[in-house]
This record gives sequence, C-alpha cells and structure tokens, in this order.
Amino acid sequence: MDFLNPVLNGFVVVLEPTNLLYCLIGVVIGMLIGVLPGLGPAATIAILLPLTYNVEPVTAIIMLAGIFYGAQYGGTITSVLLRLPGEASSVVTVFDGYQMAKQGKAGTALGLAAIGSFIGGTASIIGLTFLAPVVASFALDFGPAEYSALALLGILLVATISNGAKTKALIAAAVGLLLATVGRDVFTGESRFTFGSLNLADGIDFVPIAMGLFGLGEILYNLEERHRAAKAPSKVTNVWPSKADLKQASGAITRGSVLGFLLGILPGGGATIASMASYAMEKKRAKQPERFGKGAPEGVAGPETANNAAATSSFIPLLTLGIPANATMALMFGALLIQGVTPGPQLVEQHPDLFWGVVNSMYIGNILLLIMSLPLVGLFVKILRVRAAILAPVTALITLLGAYTINNSMFDVTLVVVFGIVGYLMKKFGFEPGPLVLAFVLGSLLESSLRRSLLVFGGDPLGFFSRPISAALLIAFVLVAVLPGIRPLLAKRKTAATGVDDTTKIKETV
Amino acid sequence: MTPLKESNSVTAGGDTLSDVTSGGNAPGPVPDDSLEDLTAEQLAAQWEDEKPPAAGALANAASSLVVLGVGVGAVVLSLAMGLGTPAAPEPGLWPFIISCVMVLLGLFQLVMGRHNRDAEKFTRMSAAPVTGLVTLAAMVAVMPLIGFELPSLVLCIIWMKFLGGETWRSTLLISAIVVAAFYGIFVAALGTSIPHLF
Repeated sequence: MDFLNPVLNGFVVVLEPTNLLYCLIGVVIGMLIGVLPGLGPAATIAILLPLTYNVEPVTAIIMLAGIFYGAQYGGTITSVLLRLPGEASSVVTVFDGYQMAKQGKAGTALGLAAIGSFIGGTASIIGLTFLAPVVASFALDFGPAEYSALALLGILLVATISNGAKTKALIAAAVGLLLATVGRDVFTGESRFTFGSLNLADGIDFVPIAMGLFGLGEILYNLEERHRAAKAPSKVTNVWPSKADLKQASGAITRGSVLGFLLGILPGGGATIASMASYAMEKKRAKQPERFGKGAPEGVAGPETANNAAATSSFIPLLTLGIPANATMALMFGALLIQGVTPGPQLVEQHPDLFWGVVNSMYIGNILLLIMSLPLVGLFVKILRVRAAILAPVTALITLLGAYTINNSMFDVTLVVVFGIVGYLMKKFGFEPGPLVLAFVLGSLLESSLRRSLLVFGGDPLGFFSRPISAALLIAFVLVAVLPGIRPLLAKRKTAATGVDDTTKIKETV
Repeated sequence: MTPLKESNSVTAGGDTLSDVTSGGNAPGPVPDDSLEDLTAEQLAAQWEDEKPPAAGALANAASSLVVLGVGVGAVVLSLAMGLGTPAAPEPGLWPFIISCVMVLLGLFQLVMGRHNRDAEKFTRMSAAPVTGLVTLAAMVAVMPLIGFELPSLVLCIIWMKFLGGETWRSTLLISAIVVAAFYGIFVAALGTSIPHLF
C-alpha cells in the first residue's frame, strides 16, 4: 500500500483551507466564463496568470485547473438553454440539448450533463491516478534524444490537429520557436535577436506573450462581433433526471468517459475533439439515429461526459512527460515554470505534494461543480444578463494592470499590447495562436536537448535513430508530417466508395 | 429576435465550426420562421453563414509575405551569429534551422494557400478593435505619467459607449464603479506599485 501513501497525503494538501478556497475560486471562475460566450478557458487562464505569482505552486495550479474543467461544466448551460455554446467543447451539446429544453426537459438535459461531467471527470481522475505514475517511471530513463523527439512530435501534433490550415499552424509554431530563442544563448552566453535592448537580454517572458495572444487578442477579436445580452431563459425546473433518463444515458456516459480519457491523453486532443467524437459515436451506435438532433438524452450525456474526461486526462502528458498536449496545458506549463517547478517525469517523485495535491483537488472541484450546476444553476443563468460591452473593458483593464504587477514594469504591459495586436491579426488571417504559445513554451527545452543529444552523437543526426524510443517517436513524427499529404487522396477514394459524409467533423481548437 | 441571431460567436478559444458539413450536403438557406426546428446540420450551416466574410487571395499573399519577410530576416541574422557544425554549434544554428523552415512554410503557403478561405475580411466592424487598440496604446503611453485612474476611466467610457453602445447613464455609472473597484483592489488592498494619481 506504499503507492497509496502519497495519494492520501495529496488529500491533506487539498484540504488545507487556502487550497480549498483557491479550488472554489477556480471552479467558480471557470463556471462563469463557461457560461459567458466569448472568453474561453485559455484566455482566462492567461489573463489570470499574474494572480498566481504570490501563491504556492500547488495552490496556483489547483486554481488554474479548476478554471479549465469548470469551464466545461459552464459551457453546457448556455448550449442547452439558449442554443449558444459557451465553450467550443459544448458545441455539439446544442444539437440535442436545446431540443430537450424546447420539449420542457431543460432540467433533465442540464442534470444529465452535470452528472455525466461528474462521472467522466471522476473516472478520468482515477485513471490519471493509476496511469500517470506508470508513464512517469517509464519516462525517467528519457535522455535528451527522447526529449527532442517528444517535443518535436508534440508540437507537430498540436499544430496539425488544430483548427484551420495546417501550414498556418506550423508557421505559428515556427514563430513560437523563434521567439523562444530571443535572449541569451544558454550554451555560449551570446545574445540573440535582442537588438541591443536590455529588456530582451533575458529573453521574452512567457506571461506577456500568453496574456497578449490569448487574452488581449481574443478581447480585441470579440470587439468585432456584437454580443448582445442574451435573453434570460425561462426558469429551469427539476434538474434531477428521472431513473429512466439516467438508464437511457448510462451507456453514453460510460463510453464517453473512456473515449474522453483516451482522447485527452493524445497530444492535440482535448475536450472539444472528445465531445465531437462522442457525439458521432453515440449517433452511430444508436438503434434509431434519427432521434439525434431531436432531443436524444445520449446526445447530451455522451459529449458532456467526454469533454470533462478529456479535460482531466490531458493533464497526464503535462505532469508525467512535461509535454503539454494543448494550448491550455501550455499555459499550465508556463505557470509551473514561473513557480520554479519544471513539469516532467521527476515531478511525481520530487514534488509528490504538488502532483497529488493537484490531482486530488479535481475530486473536490468536481463535487463543487456538481453542486453548482444542479441546485445553483439558476444563479449562473443570471450571469448572462451581464453585457459584453461592459465585460470587455473590464477584462482589458485586468489584463493591462495584471501585466504590470508581474515585474512592476511598463515594458511587460507594452509587450502584452504588442502581442495583443499580433494575436488579433493572427486570428483575422486564420492563424491559431495555440501552436505559437505551445512551441514557445517548449522552445528552449527542444533546443537544449537537441544540442545536447547532438553533442552525445558527435554531431550525427542519425544518432537519434540509434535509440529505440527516440527512433519510434521520430518515425511517428514523419508519419504525422506526411499523412496530411496523403489523406485527401484516401478520403477521396473513401467518399467515392461510400458517398457518406460525417456531419460532426469539427476540429479541435486549442 | 431569436436567440440564434445573437449566437454568432461560438469562439471559445478559437473558431469551431469550420467544416461541419464536410460532405458537401450543406443545406440551403433556412427560412427565418423555421429557425426553432433546425437540424444539427442546418444549425451548423447557419453558424457558418454568420461568420465574418472570408478574405481572398490578397490576404493570403500579405500574411505569407510577412512570414517570408520575418523568416528571411531571421536567416540573415542567424547567419551573422555564426552556424558552426552540428557537433559544435554556434548560437546561430538553431535559429537558422527554424527560420529556414519558416521560409519554406511561407513559400508553400504563398503558393498553395491562394484558394484557402480561412482568413477574415476587414469590415466596417474592424474599426472597433482598431479603436480599442488605440485606446490601449494610449493608456500604456500615459499611465506612467498620470497614473492609471483617468486613462482607465476614459478607456471604459470609450469601450462601453462607443464600441458597446451602452447608454450614457450606465456607461458613466459603471465606468466610475469599475475604476473605483480597480483602485480598491490594486492600490488599497494589494498595495501594488501601479502608477496611480490619487
């Protein structure tokens, strides 16, 4: 039972009043931004990064994680009640959730979603508890060669799975890698791309980039579209689903948990892709697929379970390998680095309190969220009355003032505004900021492990193929890089053969 | 006014419904009175229609050229830093590799991306983010001189009244409350060193 000791100690960490409080703050903020269309969890976490400077690492990550999975719960509410997905991962919930609401079963839909989310999240935490230490111990032997290959594969996967044109995502990733080289070269001590600026001598901080690209960029982008105040919906009654409903949805919830857990682990996977996949799977499995889109409870329960399970399991690559699987995890990575903790295989061993504290906080967070989304759902619906016109300047000011407090420097604020412009233009021109931030975070790790392994191999790049794991990862890299080129051809043949189309082919946004 | 009219933003962390109806069976325009009974496919198509108009080849050329420009500039700068050999790299080698990849990707995008429609046109609505940017830049410029209070107040008023279309009464009232709240949090409670006038 030695294995369980650190797990139990993790509960002690969570139950400290400060951590409980930050967990509550995190899930409430997550729920709120989930309900409000516009700002997503990545933007919110980016904006709130300065808040985490003065607290313990475990407390900071507990709060940020709460925002992330809390948003998955909140996004459901507006999908069901208003046909307005609050989050990308709740888009498919609209199809059946809103129909259920129209049939007077809004409460049932919300209840099923909340219970599904809870079960999916909890199942995923249990999976995480058992799987993460195994992966971490496996990765302990990783040397620089494996890390270079892993980082390359991670960046490539996130770039190719992300929304929009793949070339553009790869360009964004290249820009991120280039930005990471600004500052002093760790090997030779020479300055790179600093243009004589002292402010740039130590490189660009992660926080202003994230706050600018995700936070301010998104705020500016949203200014272009008017969000009028949504009509407050009719009263929600009876959120407790009946036994029959639960029975009907139980299969979907079980399948959603497993599917979400698996998709969350994959780099580039995540909550959105999991909810889409679950909807498609439920529709395919159903005896009467025509019920879907007309208020099928499985169409709500499945995706909502899957997105929560995926949100939780996407912590596995971050906490065990130190490779963020999506943009939100890249922000967590950055937040940990700020705290002087480098996520990686040693994390479980060296910081068991942090690792198990964060993991176990998710149980508490999920319970809090279940309470908030069942009895207190009416309160959150009222938030919809807050108009975007009021929210936008408030969030913009929080971003600017928050950026100042990081180092008490106006230079950081200026950087945030500059990256805000870049982020806005990127979105306008169809470039996702996610791969950029992810590549920036992994940039210095990638460069140093690449250079270190080349030293070991005496400068021979083929040396990477002399180690089985790095070889396998690099072969996977080549496959992922080449596959998009071949896939249209394969798809063409497939469509010609069957003439079927997949209506839920919506891509992940990171 | 149905809720759908207001739902043109599903952009939680990026846009979402880029190619929902992939098989090319996109349903035709849906008459307004049947909005309540859309199928999933129709709803997705509806969202697609409400997205801002796509920009054409010019936007692609412009963004590709910016990428090329940055890439070429970085190539030149990294060459100046010295490349060395893989076994004994100098500081320029790694940036050189990345910037070469960037140049290649930029060229690829310039040629192959001509017919992509994933960029958005700048419309009259784009004046709002530009105005927003100008106010933000102005705030950054004057904040060290006169503190954050007055610039924040002006920013709130401009964003709420002119960008958001609030009434004067609620604009003034809420702006004052917001600035007071920020003063309370950042100056009085947290004691940060944010430049402040009062």
